[in-house]
Amino acid sequence: MRLLPGSRREPEPFDPTQPLVATGNLRRRNGVSVFIQGLAVAAAFAAVAVLVIVIIAVVSHGVKAISWDFITKGEPEGIGPTLVGSGIIVGIATLIAMPIGVLIALFLSEYSGRRSKRPVQLMMDVMNGLPSIIIAVFVYILLVAHKGQAGWKASVALAIIEVPLIARGTQEVLNLVPSAQREAADALGVARWRSVLTIILPAATGGIVTATLLSVARAAGETAPVLLITALGHGDTFHFNPLEPLPSVPVKIFQLSEEANPEGFTEAWGLSLILIAIILVLGLGSRALLNRSKRKLTR
Amino acid sequence: MSATPPAGTASLKLARSNRQSPARKRADRFGDVALRVICAAAAVLAAVVLILIAKEVFEGAQPSFAKFGFSFVTHQEWAPPLEQFGGRGLIFGTLITSAMALLIGAPVAISIGIFLALMAPAAVRNVISPLVEMLAAIPSVILGFWGLIILGPVLVNTVEPFLHNTFGFIPIFGSPQTTGASIFNAGLILTIMVIPIIASVTRDLFAAVPRDLQDGAAALGSTRWEVIRGVVLPTTLSGIMGACLLGLGRALGEAIAVSQVIGGGTESHLSLFKNGGTMASIIALQFNSPVNALHTASLYYLAALLLIIGVAANLLASWITLRFRAAAGGAP
Repeated sequence: MRLLPGSRREPEPFDPTQPLVATGNLRRRNGVSVFIQGLAVAAAFAAVAVLVIVIIAVVSHGVKAISWDFITKGEPEGIGPTLVGSGIIVGIATLIAMPIGVLIALFLSEYSGRRSKRPVQLMMDVMNGLPSIIIAVFVYILLVAHKGQAGWKASVALAIIEVPLIARGTQEVLNLVPSAQREAADALGVARWRSVLTIILPAATGGIVTATLLSVARAAGETAPVLLITALGHGDTFHFNPLEPLPSVPVKIFQLSEEANPEGFTEAWGLSLILIAIILVLGLGSRALLNRSKRKLTR
Repeated sequence: MSATPPAGTASLKLARSNRQSPARKRADRFGDVALRVICAAAAVLAAVVLILIAKEVFEGAQPSFAKFGFSFVTHQEWAPPLEQFGGRGLIFGTLITSAMALLIGAPVAISIGIFLALMAPAAVRNVISPLVEMLAAIPSVILGFWGLIILGPVLVNTVEPFLHNTFGFIPIFGSPQTTGASIFNAGLILTIMVIPIIASVTRDLFAAVPRDLQDGAAALGSTRWEVIRGVVLPTTLSGIMGACLLGLGRALGEAIAVSQVIGGGTESHLSLFKNGGTMASIIALQFNSPVNALHTASLYYLAALLLIIGVAANLLASWITLRFRAAAGGAP
């Protein structure tokens, strides 16, 4: 509704040729409504602005550090071994987490009755909400205390973080698989396990890959578990053995930020830029993939 | 049957291969049981891990619990070399940073949810929605680093002096310190972290409010805001609370970003502009260099407290959302 200036004139005789204008109480209510909607728009743009400000800061500072040597060489010139170490840790974590997450999702969507579904679902929610520092402390007590640090132990911690994410994402897509397909397979006398493995899972592949990519993006940025479990890793030369401590990108950023050394800050910005680029590419890629596979399933 | 089968679908081939030979039947019976057992085993494994987490953390805290008991919670001093450990300052720090994050973050996030679900045209929504979710994808260590290097100086040089000069009579706006590391900074970083979580949950809640109810209110002459206040917010109230609890759980447990920007103190004081510490941040900062065994045990004690609070917040959140779903499903 348009609010014209000066519409608060005192009641005149009704003139049908004049444009209709809100007056009095309605005008006030419209004003309130417009004002609050303005606040909501402002809130949305503030959130986007924060994102843009952070990303601009990371890019503008990080670009100064990035060079071919920075990406490929070891400390002190570059961060190649750190990238590799992070890749190995997250890779092993995903290899552990993906089958478990997919199986739990299968259990939830195909095999659980009403009684077993709720507690498992709740468990996944709790696991998903568990602070990562708690998981880190747990894996430290279980595997690291008195036994020493190692890359694969950090992978175990990251896997605990990834499992609920993969399970939830997979379950969402499994729910989209039309039940007509299951019923058709049943009607043809196909055993349940065959229909799960050859019909339902293939239909949900896109969703599983998406959920896995998203969990990789989350795990790549997790600092606390890796910090407590494999902080001794050094980025001077390339290490590939997950039985030894491995360097990791987020831990390196954390350590550099605690050191208060301006040269280290440049390196930390460079690392941040690479990490954020990887995570955003994974996030956008998985989003595109998810939309495609959802469209395929629901058309 | 002809030699060349018609180009069949996967299920047709399956059906053809599925002639009921005894071997086949046995394989199917075994396969059915096996897959079911494997899937259930994965679920059980997750349960075992959860229980193990609780058991190990509580056991680790045992020495500290034996020495300090429940007075750990109310005791102030955190002095590792003196074997004196009290968590009051850290619990206080956790509560104050999380409260700040929710007080600022929740209204903003709910407004974003309203904007995305009820106001924005599809073209705008499809751009803003992923951007807000992207905010949640920024690793906490990068957000903390940004908070330390970029946000900290801004706060210390402009925002904190302004708040101190204007509202200095309120004790929480004490005099600014020299570095940007402060409880205030940590609260703001946590605000940035909880906003996308609450916003995306509330957006889905608001989008699910039946169109008929809103149209009915609008037909009775309600303005847009009156529809939101009178119909949308009341029907989703419990869901909104669940979303806020999820955000709270995230804020309570965030260790890395907070430890980067909060400065590493352990006392409780009212001023937002001083150093502080939270339970999670102290674990992250001191875990790798414990001074003595009791120090480690006390860190486990903090972890155990955090575990209880975190699990409670999450259980409450999912209970509320379950109830909300049941209520929404039951309503005509």
